[in-house]
Amino acid sequence: MSDELEKPQTADLEAETERGLLQRIFVRKGVLAALVLPVLAVFTALVIGGIIIAASSPDVLEAWRRFFQDPLRALSTTWRTVWDAYYALFEGAFGNPVLIAKALGKLITTGESRDLLEALRPLSESLVISTPYIFAGLAVALGFRGGLFNIGAEGQLFVGGLAAAYVGYAVKGLPWVIHLPLALAAGILAGGLWGAIPGFLKARTGAHEVINTIMMNYIAFRLTDHLLQGPMARPDGLPITPEIAPSAYLPALFPRPMRLHLGFFLALGMAALVYWFLWKTTRGVEIRMVGANSRAARYAGVRITTIITLTMALSGALAGLAGTSQVLGVDHRMVRAFSSGYGFDSIALALLGNSHPLGVVLASLLFGFLRGGAARMQSVAGVPVEIIRVVQGMIIVFVAAPAIIRGIYRLTAPLEEEVVLSRGWGS
Amino acid sequence: MPPVLELRGITKAFPGVLANDHIDLALQEGEILALLGENGAGKTTLMNILYGLYTPDEGEIYIRDSKVDIRDPDDAIHQGIGMVHQHFMLVPVFTVAENVMLGVESTRAGTLLDREAASKRIREISSRFGLQVDPDALVEDLPVGVQQRVEIIKVLYREANILILDEPTAVLTPQEVEELFKVVHSLVDQGKSVIFITHKLKEVLNIADRITVLRRGRVVGSAAPNETTEQSLAKMMVGREVILSVDKQMAQPGEVVLEVENLRVMDDRGLVAVEGASFQVREGEVLGIAGVQGNGQTELVEALTGLREIEGGSVTILGQDTTRATPRAITEIGTAHVPEDRQRDGLVLSFPVADNLVLNTYYVPPFAKGINLQHDEIERAAKERVELFDVRTPSIFVPASNLSGGNQQKVIVAREFSRPIKLLIASQPTRGLDVGSIEYIHGRIIQKRDEGCGILLISPELDEIMNLSDRIAVMFKGQIVAILRAEDVTRERLGLLMAGVREEAPAQVAA
Repeated sequence: MSDELEKPQTADLEAETERGLLQRIFVRKGVLAALVLPVLAVFTALVIGGIIIAASSPDVLEAWRRFFQDPLRALSTTWRTVWDAYYALFEGAFGNPVLIAKALGKLITTGESRDLLEALRPLSESLVISTPYIFAGLAVALGFRGGLFNIGAEGQLFVGGLAAAYVGYAVKGLPWVIHLPLALAAGILAGGLWGAIPGFLKARTGAHEVINTIMMNYIAFRLTDHLLQGPMARPDGLPITPEIAPSAYLPALFPRPMRLHLGFFLALGMAALVYWFLWKTTRGVEIRMVGANSRAARYAGVRITTIITLTMALSGALAGLAGTSQVLGVDHRMVRAFSSGYGFDSIALALLGNSHPLGVVLASLLFGFLRGGAARMQSVAGVPVEIIRVVQGMIIVFVAAPAIIRGIYRLTAPLEEEVVLSRGWGS
Repeated sequence: MPPVLELRGITKAFPGVLANDHIDLALQEGEILALLGENGAGKTTLMNILYGLYTPDEGEIYIRDSKVDIRDPDDAIHQGIGMVHQHFMLVPVFTVAENVMLGVESTRAGTLLDREAASKRIREISSRFGLQVDPDALVEDLPVGVQQRVEIIKVLYREANILILDEPTAVLTPQEVEELFKVVHSLVDQGKSVIFITHKLKEVLNIADRITVLRRGRVVGSAAPNETTEQSLAKMMVGREVILSVDKQMAQPGEVVLEVENLRVMDDRGLVAVEGASFQVREGEVLGIAGVQGNGQTELVEALTGLREIEGGSVTILGQDTTRATPRAITEIGTAHVPEDRQRDGLVLSFPVADNLVLNTYYVPPFAKGINLQHDEIERAAKERVELFDVRTPSIFVPASNLSGGNQQKVIVAREFSRPIKLLIASQPTRGLDVGSIEYIHGRIIQKRDEGCGILLISPELDEIMNLSDRIAVMFKGQIVAILRAEDVTRERLGLLMAGVREEAPAQVAA
């Protein structure tokens, strides 16, 4: 029916000369519009999370039972409970503002920095959690842009971690300028290979990448189990690898106990690189073309099979980097439990970030803060960590089903095309 | 006598468009009312309102002078309104009877389908209105014209008195069109009333009792067929004088640019789609391929442009064997391809207009240096092309999906014609376009021809083929059944060839 509608045709080519300013406004409007939905989704999820926090607190329930005797108390108890929980979450994510301010004063007056570092430690921890999120989120986002649904980020992350750990502990005596890049390259290659296999299968045989990446996950998990119990196990037989040589560490940026390491900035750099690659290079255009309309891409002379394999390989490489940065920057060895589902969460991050590198970075920071703060929320306010999981889940639901948010806030549907996240089976 | 159907002041706005602007329309009993208008004039919107698919912002619908409220297709059916959509809504693997009874199943004992009863009623309807069809045939085995009959039977089975036919002739051969017209006449003879939506001028003059013309959401005029002409209808439709036939000189054929020999191509299901096709296209001439849609034209074009594997035979473009060449190699030799489905193959709708204007040249200088795209160059070229080809777009940065069909096609034409090309393969280059855009694109094609480009034109529209071609090849069931000089051809002769009627003497002429 849409082709029956006459589009407004305001061909104002004269005005094109003033495009500079107009375009900037246009673009900025686009960015704003793209932010509205995720921001409202996060806000709504936090509100509902607050309701759940209140409803699961015995104090609040008790106060509401006496609502008719003392309505004010019911409301104030509710408010205080939710506020305390979220304040603890905030403190856990960023640090205590009062302590930070004091420590900052101390740094200025005495030049003593240890207190400031201590006060900022929660922030550092949140960024440490964000790091693998960014890498893995970029991995899934790149796949989405190419029209592929890489569910295998978790498996690619595992093989990336394994490869990096192996190069990290087995290769000895190299200076860090060689050893660190070598370990990074190993992780990238392993992840890339793990992604390229289902990519190649998709390109050549049409086998659906969702199925095959899931299967590759299982292979990666069992491979990890096997290697950690035998070939790569520590000499004492514990199912973890030996510690990697310090020359392969992604160096920490601050003295202990701050764990923030170079990987975080590597991740930010990678986001910029992915943006440049997808939007400013010919290969990137080809990937997006195949993702947006593979028939038109074929018509335009793009080799679809090559591009699909390449997309999955690059996606896998980025996911491999997530595992690599975790091993080289945080754990310094490979352990079975080194990922708390970063690869699976990354699907949500790509979704939340609208498959745009900047969006992925913002979404990853958000998830890092939520996760970082959740522990403190539990210990201080007694709210279970799982509430944050619920909030995360709701954010995803709201982003994946934008009609809900548009309904609540009475927004009109956007005119811009949205990214096709996954096509039907056999397409 | 009150009209069977009357629309008063129907208004419907979509964001940014007034699709229907206070439309008044009356349909008399036993009348064929043609609703004529370009794409985007609001015909389909109006009919969708009548069929309950849209709710009007303003206006009222009356049936036999009583006001009715149509909220969904069920209401419409209940009011005796039936619609035959342009794209058939049939389940291919069901039989005719099953398709017809879908939604209004006759049952025995509550749950068992009563195919017998349904078949019986279908036979009654068939014989009453001259709609020959076997109720037990599978729909997928039926030719398009018969499938359309099934759609009409479906509507009659639901006891419709007012039939809306939306662009019913778009997919039919000239002979099938004749058949359809007979059916329509027998419908009105028996008291049914018909609204016939179309943008084809010849047809309305042929079949309608009354013609109402829509332009930009408004009724701009009405006429009886015997007191108007194609020319004046076109003027009403477009709002200005239109040149219906293309003004062109005799062709000056030069070297052979495309040589196809004994080509054999399979379709997606692995069945032979093109068998033994041989022809040549020379510089400075238009070879038209006429044929009803689905006779192998799509596969032929895909094979020539490298999009489909060639099973046998050979293709030579500008002296190079391209039988096994990739689409990119074929493009680089100097071939332009205007694909039959612009939205599916020709454009990436979510990409900006600028990117679509360099969709197959983004990787060569000046648009790329190494792997780096040169956005400044792309934008510069895009602006130039938008201006040169009169693409109406608010900016080169809006997604191509924001453009109207005509302007989307202009984007493709601009892109393909801006390269140095020696061969143009244009497949249904004006499909679904309005008269103004058709005129423009036809002019561009002839201009290319006169510049010495060889042109292969594939179209199921006889007018287009006859207007543009210097030679005409007819395709039927995957074979080229005749290649004729344009001046030797009449509509009737083409129509018969397209329908598979073989001519006694071989109708070949030297290329």
